[in-house]
Amino acid sequence: MIATLIAEVKFPPIQNLVEWPNLFGPKDTWYGFNKIALMSLLSVLFTVVLFLVGRKKKMVPKGAQNLVESSVNFIEEGIINQTIGPDGMKYLPYLATLFFFILFGNLFEVIPGFQMPANARMANPAIMAIVTWAFFICVGIKAQGPGKYFKNNLFPPGVPVALYILVTPIELISTFIVRPFSLAVRLFANMLAGHILLVTFSVLCITLATASLLALALPFSFFMLVALTGFEVMVAFLQAYIFTILAAVYIGGALHPEH
Amino acid sequence: MSTLATVATLAQDAGLTAADQKAISAAQGAGMAYGLAAIGPGIGIGYLVGQSVQAMARQPEAAGMVRTTMFLGIAFTEALALIGFVVFILLKFV
Repeated sequence: MIATLIAEVKFPPIQNLVEWPNLFGPKDTWYGFNKIALMSLLSVLFTVVLFLVGRKKKMVPKGAQNLVESSVNFIEEGIINQTIGPDGMKYLPYLATLFFFILFGNLFEVIPGFQMPANARMANPAIMAIVTWAFFICVGIKAQGPGKYFKNNLFPPGVPVALYILVTPIELISTFIVRPFSLAVRLFANMLAGHILLVTFSVLCITLATASLLALALPFSFFMLVALTGFEVMVAFLQAYIFTILAAVYIGGALHPEH
Repeated sequence: MSTLATVATLAQDAGLTAADQKAISAAQGAGMAYGLAAIGPGIGIGYLVGQSVQAMARQPEAAGMVRTTMFLGIAFTEALALIGFVVFILLKFV
């Protein structure tokens, strides 16, 4: 019976899960506009709306103002103060934008009608990781001067001279190559894995609902689907937090060299 | 080696095409890749969170700092498992 059930599960090919037809515009052109682009645009719009709503400072905030102030306060206290320190407050605009854009892009994963995280395609995370990479290098060059920044990073002080043969390539790879790569892959793979997980349980639910006696197992599968949806909301927040905090850590490392 | 031999015998028995054989070995390789990639990060995150909980229990006033550092450590450790997942996708579907 189990074998027939497994044979009945028609798991869609991966292209159907992550590639969307264009809403308008022909395929494979620069002005073609699909669901991912729509979600990215909506994320930008929501972020802009948050900034507009939170601009009016009042003594007693209420409603949306309250939400914006507490989330900006969270980014200030929970991310910047913990990693860069008080002099990192001037990077708040970049980090807050990053946080909200990633968060809204991720939350589309559980919103009915969209059901797909915008960050499960490599384009969004890759661009954000490259911008962050350029950002922390620029911050380091501005704070320490180009020669001193690269010397501090590639030839860390306090290491015996002979060890530089080992240390310098490792530092070069880990700081300037692996950092943007892992930043992008972490967000992308987390969201893609969550999306595939939800699809798997949805497909299982549909199959069980049509199979005769095995419909008894449907509640368990449906419970898992509901529980995983909640879990994915948590993952959406966590990944936005982790991306932002890692960007802050990299900026902090470029701002304050190790002595 | 034994897996390959099994696949070869199966192929002879069932008359599988070369594409089927490729799909079989891709599925096996993908499962193996993700399984192996999950071992290390699993141990690492377990140890990391365990130690963090211990630190928070011993010194509750440092909980905020420990939690931030814990999430950072989880992010770095988890990267390996996620690269394994990407390799799985690449092997299986591309």
